[in-house]
Amino acid sequence: MSLSEQIENPFLPEPARIVRQYDLIKDHRFFQIRFIDMNRAMSFDYVPGQFAMLSIPGVGEAPFSISSTPSRPGILEMGIRRTGNLTRALFKKKDNDIVYLRGPYGNGFKIEPMVERDIIIVAGGLGVIPLRSILYFVLDNRDQFDELYFLYGARNPNEFLFKNEFFQIKAREDIDCLYSVDKDTTGDWTENTGVVTSLFQKLPKIDPQTTTAVVCGPPIMYKFVIKELLKLKIPKNMIQMTLERRMKCGVGKCGHCALDHIYTCIDGPIFTYWDTLHFRELI
Amino acid sequence: MRILKMKPDFLKEFLMGLEGFGALYGPKRQSGILKYAPIESYDELVLDGENTLLPLKRLFHPMRFDMFRFDSRGFEADYSIFEKRVIIGVHPCEIHGILKLDEVFLVHPPDPYYAGLRKNSAIIGFSCLPAENALCRSTGTDIVAEGFDLFFVDLTDFYLVWVGSSFGYDMILEKEDFFDENVTHEDIQIYIEWREKRNRMFKKSFNFRDMPDIIELSYKSEIWDYFGKKCLSCGQCTMVCPTCNCYNVTDVLDLATETSGRRERMWDSCMFADYSLVAGGHNFRHARADRLKLWYTHKLKAFAHKYGSPACVGCGRCVETCPVDINVLTVSEALTSCEVPEE
Repeated sequence: MSLSEQIENPFLPEPARIVRQYDLIKDHRFFQIRFIDMNRAMSFDYVPGQFAMLSIPGVGEAPFSISSTPSRPGILEMGIRRTGNLTRALFKKKDNDIVYLRGPYGNGFKIEPMVERDIIIVAGGLGVIPLRSILYFVLDNRDQFDELYFLYGARNPNEFLFKNEFFQIKAREDIDCLYSVDKDTTGDWTENTGVVTSLFQKLPKIDPQTTTAVVCGPPIMYKFVIKELLKLKIPKNMIQMTLERRMKCGVGKCGHCALDHIYTCIDGPIFTYWDTLHFRELI
Repeated sequence: MRILKMKPDFLKEFLMGLEGFGALYGPKRQSGILKYAPIESYDELVLDGENTLLPLKRLFHPMRFDMFRFDSRGFEADYSIFEKRVIIGVHPCEIHGILKLDEVFLVHPPDPYYAGLRKNSAIIGFSCLPAENALCRSTGTDIVAEGFDLFFVDLTDFYLVWVGSSFGYDMILEKEDFFDENVTHEDIQIYIEWREKRNRMFKKSFNFRDMPDIIELSYKSEIWDYFGKKCLSCGQCTMVCPTCNCYNVTDVLDLATETSGRRERMWDSCMFADYSLVAGGHNFRHARADRLKLWYTHKLKAFAHKYGSPACVGCGRCVETCPVDINVLTVSEALTSCEVPEE
């Protein structure tokens, strides 16, 4: 029908292949996904902190943060927890199975305020999945940034995500990795024990004038982590965090992620602590 | 803008002659309910100023439709809802409602479904006299300067016809003889008197201009809890509101298959308990009071912040529809006076 010729459809999901997948911990799986269209696979450009909408036909669609870094194009990585209908169906997929993606969406981390400055990355639990993107982005462009501190806390050693990768990075000299578990349930944990905020004592002297922080974790964590960052006198607009909301469209139409006059999907999901003081429902 | 005159005797022939421009739609009574529906004969058209139960948005943002068909080869967009239409009898508040939805749906990236329906529809506006609960004079949406192809103002002895687009002018050219370009001083006087008479007919009014500040100041007000306790979360306010755009998306499998089906879009409501519920069970707006506050904040403050005017177009539908008397007027009055309504 001529009425519908040449219509750009931002909701059209594009086919992509699960090239590799493996369990990170119980109920958390790592997916490497590549668009079937090779040009699309290479042209899908994004910023750390952005997300994509993932579809399984007949089950539905939901937003997932991208865990890979745009500095390594071609394959998108996602760390996903089995928690609802869509993720249950996704966990049944095998290597080489097809899923559908559209995106990237959201604002992503502001990289500019990090360039030639010190960076503190603070992750709690699942929050490390989106922060892995900015972590690797900084490492892949290491000369652009000054000191890098990576603080990550999990509930216990069995819930520590990307253990191999992160302990490998720990051996590097150009990054200060501080890891913690709330409780050592295994008896062979070699790092700090205590909540993620207890890692702040182990930081060297921070110059708040030249430091930027990025934070992601469960809602309860923000309050305590931000208190620590403010104690270090890091400016409120230099604390970036990534937030979660229900989303159905990703492009500011469906309304679900609205709060005040902003949409989390287009104005977020990255907000500064300063933003959260204005938009009272953010955290 | 071009303004012409037309004798009421020509109305029927002119409107029914517009079929060449698209399928005719207009307010029509079906099973006792006034709704925008396809018009087969002139007698079905209700042009007396009564509000339809559901606003014009249902023709541009349908209550339910298929966005995609999918099968093992992937997704294919379904644009079968597109149809050339001429929508007759649209009141100023309804046109304002659509212009506000444009701000959401047509901003980059445009929603192709809304944009397609919009592009293929002509709007023939009609003047109305204020209904019992009309608030459009308070919201500044009682008259309209854009968003129509033609607009008819009923001055009893004649119509003044505003030509809002070249497409509208094409319609005029079809029946050029019906129209008179000679608008006299006397005609202008009749129009002014009609405006004054109409202005005097409003029974309700409210100063919505102050609401953005008042809502900001009332963030922690117990007024929200009072309304939250009364609210039934039925969502009727959002369904009848001309500017509520929220929708949900779900996949529906065809019978007896596991691979083919359709991706549906349907109206959602921020009043529903699961509106902000995410996987894993966290609900960002578990409390009814929080959901009500979101709606009124969005409608009367946030939309104005973003687009320059509030999202309420003063149609009065929420005043008529809410079973427990929660509406733009009762909420605004309570927040402004800091007193809850008397039972």
